[in-house]
Amino acid sequence: MTRHHVSRRDFLKRTTASAAAVTISAPAIAEGAPGRVVVVGGGFAGATCARALKRINPRISVTLVEASHAFTACPFSNNVIAGLRELKAQQFDYKRIEGSGIEVTFEPATRIDTDARTVVLSDVARVPYDRLVLAPGIDIRWDGLSGYTEAAAERMPHAWRAGEQTLLLRKQLESMEDGGLVVISAPANPFRCPPGPYERASLIAHYLKTRKPKSKILILDAKDAFSKQSLFLAAWKELYPDLIEWVPLSKGGRVTSVDPSTNTLTTEFGSHKAAVANVIPPQKAAHIAAVVGAANKTGWCPIDPVTFESKLQENIHVIGDASIAGGMPKSAFAANSQAKACAAALAKLLAGEKPEEPKLINTCYSLVAPDYGISVAGVYEPRNGQLTDVKGAGGVSPANAPRSARQLEANFANGWFKTITEEVFG
Amino acid sequence: MTARALINVPPKAKRGEIIGIKSLISHEMETGFRPDATGQPIPRNIIKEFVCTYNGVEVFRAEFFPAMSANPFVSFTTVANESGTITMTWTGDNGFFATESVAITVE
Repeated sequence: MTRHHVSRRDFLKRTTASAAAVTISAPAIAEGAPGRVVVVGGGFAGATCARALKRINPRISVTLVEASHAFTACPFSNNVIAGLRELKAQQFDYKRIEGSGIEVTFEPATRIDTDARTVVLSDVARVPYDRLVLAPGIDIRWDGLSGYTEAAAERMPHAWRAGEQTLLLRKQLESMEDGGLVVISAPANPFRCPPGPYERASLIAHYLKTRKPKSKILILDAKDAFSKQSLFLAAWKELYPDLIEWVPLSKGGRVTSVDPSTNTLTTEFGSHKAAVANVIPPQKAAHIAAVVGAANKTGWCPIDPVTFESKLQENIHVIGDASIAGGMPKSAFAANSQAKACAAALAKLLAGEKPEEPKLINTCYSLVAPDYGISVAGVYEPRNGQLTDVKGAGGVSPANAPRSARQLEANFANGWFKTITEEVFG
Repeated sequence: MTARALINVPPKAKRGEIIGIKSLISHEMETGFRPDATGQPIPRNIIKEFVCTYNGVEVFRAEFFPAMSANPFVSFTTVANESGTITMTWTGDNGFFATESVAITVE
């Protein structure tokens, strides 16, 4: 047996050669069968994922299936309700996405043939896939609150899917007389945008304080605790003393039924007749998730925390609000973060490689007033089969910060919205 | 240690009607098993008993134990047979006592 003395230089040469061989083989696979991905849902999660896939590997065929030609963003829609912003500033189209090599099909997905790996559209057109990404967002659980039907939502808007409902709530507030009672009903966890009901109460309070100062806001809550609670409560005391009353679960705050004919919300212990009623009802993953069998009995979709693949349906990945993402809240930032991680995992899976464990980030800004922002941030990683909050990472805005810091965070919030919408739709 | 009780009894009922009664009391229900910052167990502080009487006659009783959640919510039914007063009492550790009464008219 001969022994070779491997010089440092030879060793380096050989390593470089083998590394080169690996990098050459990746495009070779891509040329053969890079794969077809269909993304259902063109919100923050779906649109991000489609674009991220194209960016990672332009040879992957990506189809985005979305029922609507325009997307109306929920973040900042509370500003529209409070008259601080127009709905137009929330709306985005898909032209730039179509221009980036992604096929966009403006039809709703009616069902999915998992055996044939095909998405069935409304006019019986079919789109085949190797991997499917479901990013359908939420639906209202119309069976979740007694008396709260689709017709009732025309009288007592939820405004939890931005658009006509947002404008309806705004109009009701505008036509309310000074001295009116605004009642907001907040649901139990989980639901889209955990700090949303409290930001909304804050910005409505800002509107009432400046326009209709004799009015009051009553929040009837099915929970005893909520996101950024101590920051909100302190800010309300400072900015809107005696204007907002929060009734938690343990004080009888859970709404058990509503009556749109009298605009009344009933809890276990009393009834409240509202001048304006904003019912934020229980929610679930949007309909298509249940149709394909990706939602479990909670109404949401269990997923693998590394690949976002459904635990119930092979080759189907679920991201955004519809997924059960462990410690991650249902937010646009989280959806965007998950979409990029999912795209990276999909590119690996399609190439026959092992996906890497992702680290995900979320930040939720809330405005308590137009010039008063607060935030919560978190970092998440897969642990024990769940996306888990990394201890010591992230945190919330400091208590007792000067107003200049709150102003700065309000600026950051605006900057964040511009950045994310530019990245996703621009 | 302050408690606030909420009760819900229909103000009117027909004779023989089955009525729903709900109660909710704010109480931390400390189990006695949790350690404090120094490692010493936090003393138990729970509601031990809930009793509902209808014109002095007991119609419902519940015993609570350390596994009971904070702010216990109790819902039950009884038969409305005469006008009068429905009284609920909660008793527990450290001499805890709370009571609420409400009138009911039976036609």
